Amino acid sequence: MDMTRRAALLTSAAIASNVLFPQRSFAQETPRKGGVFTVHYGAEQRQLNPSLQASTGVYIIGGKIQEQLVDLASAGNTVGVLAESWEATPDGKTVTFKLRKGVTWHDGKDFTSADVQFTAMEMWKKILNYGSTLQLFLTAVDTPDPHTAIFRYERPMPLPLLLRALPDLGYISPRHLYEGKGDIRQNPVNLAPVGTGPFKFVQYERGQYVIADRNTNYWRPNAPYLDRIVWRVVTDRSAAAAQMEAGQIHYSPFSGLTISDLARLGKDPRFIVSTKGNEGNARTNTIEFNFRRKELADIRVRRAIAHALNIPFFIENFLGDFAKRGTGPIPSVSTDFYPADNGPQYPYDKAVAIKLLDEAGFKPGAGGTRFTLRLLPAPWGEDISLFATFIQQSLAEVGIRIEIVRNDGGGFLKSVYADHNFDLASGWHQYRNDPAVSTTVWYRSGQPVGAPWTNQWGWTDETMDKIIDDAATEVDAAKRKALYGDFVRRANSELPIWTPIEQIFLTAISAKARNHSNTPRWGSASWHDLWLAE
Amino acid sequence: MRVLALAGRRLAASIPTLFLILIGVFLLLQLAPGDTVDAMMAQMGGGDAATAKQLREFYGLDLSVGAQLANYLWRLVRFDLGFSAIYGKPVATVILERLPATILLMTASLSFAFFFGIVFGVLAARRVNRWQDTLISTLGLIFYAMPTFWFGLMAIVVFAIRLQWLPAGGFEDITVSRSGLSRTLDIARHLLLPTLTLGLFYLAIYLRIMRGSMLEVLNLDFVRTARAKGLDETRVVVKHVLRNALLPMVTLIGLQAGTMLGGSVVVESVFSLPGLGRLAYESVVQRDLNTLLGIVFMSALLVIIVNFIVDLLYARLDPRITTGS
Repeated sequence: MDMTRRAALLTSAAIASNVLFPQRSFAQETPRKGGVFTVHYGAEQRQLNPSLQASTGVYIIGGKIQEQLVDLASAGNTVGVLAESWEATPDGKTVTFKLRKGVTWHDGKDFTSADVQFTAMEMWKKILNYGSTLQLFLTAVDTPDPHTAIFRYERPMPLPLLLRALPDLGYISPRHLYEGKGDIRQNPVNLAPVGTGPFKFVQYERGQYVIADRNTNYWRPNAPYLDRIVWRVVTDRSAAAAQMEAGQIHYSPFSGLTISDLARLGKDPRFIVSTKGNEGNARTNTIEFNFRRKELADIRVRRAIAHALNIPFFIENFLGDFAKRGTGPIPSVSTDFYPADNGPQYPYDKAVAIKLLDEAGFKPGAGGTRFTLRLLPAPWGEDISLFATFIQQSLAEVGIRIEIVRNDGGGFLKSVYADHNFDLASGWHQYRNDPAVSTTVWYRSGQPVGAPWTNQWGWTDETMDKIIDDAATEVDAAKRKALYGDFVRRANSELPIWTPIEQIFLTAISAKARNHSNTPRWGSASWHDLWLAE
Repeated sequence: MRVLALAGRRLAASIPTLFLILIGVFLLLQLAPGDTVDAMMAQMGGGDAATAKQLREFYGLDLSVGAQLANYLWRLVRFDLGFSAIYGKPVATVILERLPATILLMTASLSFAFFFGIVFGVLAARRVNRWQDTLISTLGLIFYAMPTFWFGLMAIVVFAIRLQWLPAGGFEDITVSRSGLSRTLDIARHLLLPTLTLGLFYLAIYLRIMRGSMLEVLNLDFVRTARAKGLDETRVVVKHVLRNALLPMVTLIGLQAGTMLGGSVVVESVFSLPGLGRLAYESVVQRDLNTLLGIVFMSALLVIIVNFIVDLLYARLDPRITTGS
């Protein structure tokens, strides 16, 4: 859906007020037990077990039923969930987790270190996306007693990296329901998950709803408050907004509504629209360059393209306060890694762009066109589509003609990452709290052809590869941060990808909800303390 | 029983057509870039190449296109629709789960459109060129020109959000459990807006056809004869004109049963109904070939059955068809 400048500005004002006062003060209220919380579920997944698939579409349901070893608390610090404490040996090759006692699975069996061992070795290491990369050098998990799990690594594993990755990549599954039950991917438990979490799976009607009820044996005292959570499958974004207004849905996570509907709901006192609770889900809009095109292999052309785009203008007129100018592959919300110096930033300057293109030897031909490029926008969001049009119009002014080629999800990934059939691509890079989880693979050479969201640009840089490899096994936190500073500056000066816009997901939630949006990955969190006022 | 033989022959003729359609859809989907593993990766937000290879072997995507097609047709001959990649269940089960909502929506809106199409068509023809005719024809044009999704969303805004009379979407209320009559009424409440939304478009077509067909028949000789022998106007219209004017309407129903399956994708999405249309859309996006082919097969069957019934109806309405003259 297109958005006018006026709508965007109204949106900005509405959101700004909610960002400043995200939760009205309810200090005097006592939590109410009971109630049914309904959630907008936009894209059904093939399964619901977060030990097997790391994506928000799984966490939004599976994250209430299953739990991880550790999670992120409100300030972004690590708190134990199924693990009570952890420590690493100085060489970084052994990490010991002490597990919580008295925790039971929803089917009554005890949770023990055997579950952790099985999940880590059979699921995280072999199946889980990003988990298989993170745990590549995990050789064994020892279980000296039922409440101790010792992770042994072949190469040093920085503890801070593991702790920042595990909130997403550290969900535990019940060993007794998977071991010896055939192919893990096809286990029926994946669609009727059993966990230790505050809510117990009840029913999944494909295309309609998922239901989970309160776990009466939950290990946290007096939790959870809600009787039931219902996820309603609504694929049409406008219809989801209508159902929120009609009171059929309380919460729509991860920018699941159109920008204009979010703007409208933000002005309605019955709803809160905010970026709060999504700080752990930052993303940047990207422009990927295919080095197989001789024009784009020339760094002057890549820099010229960056200079030709008026990013602040685009953000102000189309994205409002939801977005800001991106500075590099590590977004500014990442306090642990955001470098003081991000390297070259390529401010908008048409004259510089034209000069660079002339220098590179691509003179304007007939009709002022220097050359033509095919741009593939990813179909993930309306902002990408708007940005593609903006790129097309801006580059026309410096003599680069852009053909936009639109695909659906599968088609986009195949064309860009397997067939390399693109000149420019534009999509999102999801930052997962540590650059080693899913950021450096965009820059490290030698990625297998077809692996989505990896370096498939035909770009190889030994300096960059060395920085990435050194940082991945650096145990010293300060040295690691310094290495990622080098990483950002190298990325910005060589420019295999440009990350000009930084965004955080938006949430729309009923004003009746309490204790919501109180952690950096709240949409994925367990909601043990969430309650609904009358 | 000539008519049964006739309809039976047409039934037999549709089997090769069915196979051609299936092969066509299969090949068409091969042209779409990406396969179901790419779609799965898109949904997960990434994964490594080894996993992708494992998955391709699991779904049988490492075979050549010809081998895949041969496998599929061989299974189909044994009435096995295969296994759905996105649902992890046999395709037949997945489709059967979705069929009730689609059939319910389709029959409800077709009956609505057919019944009111006749009523308004007759009314307009009887008052031709007077204000009643103009009003009905104008309304028909509006319904015809209005995009279904827009009408659906507006209906939600008015009846679900402003007036709060009807639910905004879904097949039934899931926050409370119901059974028996109360459940039936609940489902009916949920289906009211979608039925109207889908039905109004077809109502517009039916009333135009009915009006035209009535006007044509009204000018025929036998109508003059009926009037001449002193029958009153109601009797002339109901007994003589209506029956003859119905033939084109019945033809249209047969043709549009198929179209309606397609048109319901939009209505099912807007009203969040678990029907075949949305399933088909999902299977295209997810490149779930087995499910998509299963739906095509199922829809083709539905259309064939409806047309079989239409053939029988023809004979009932127009005895000349049976006598073969």
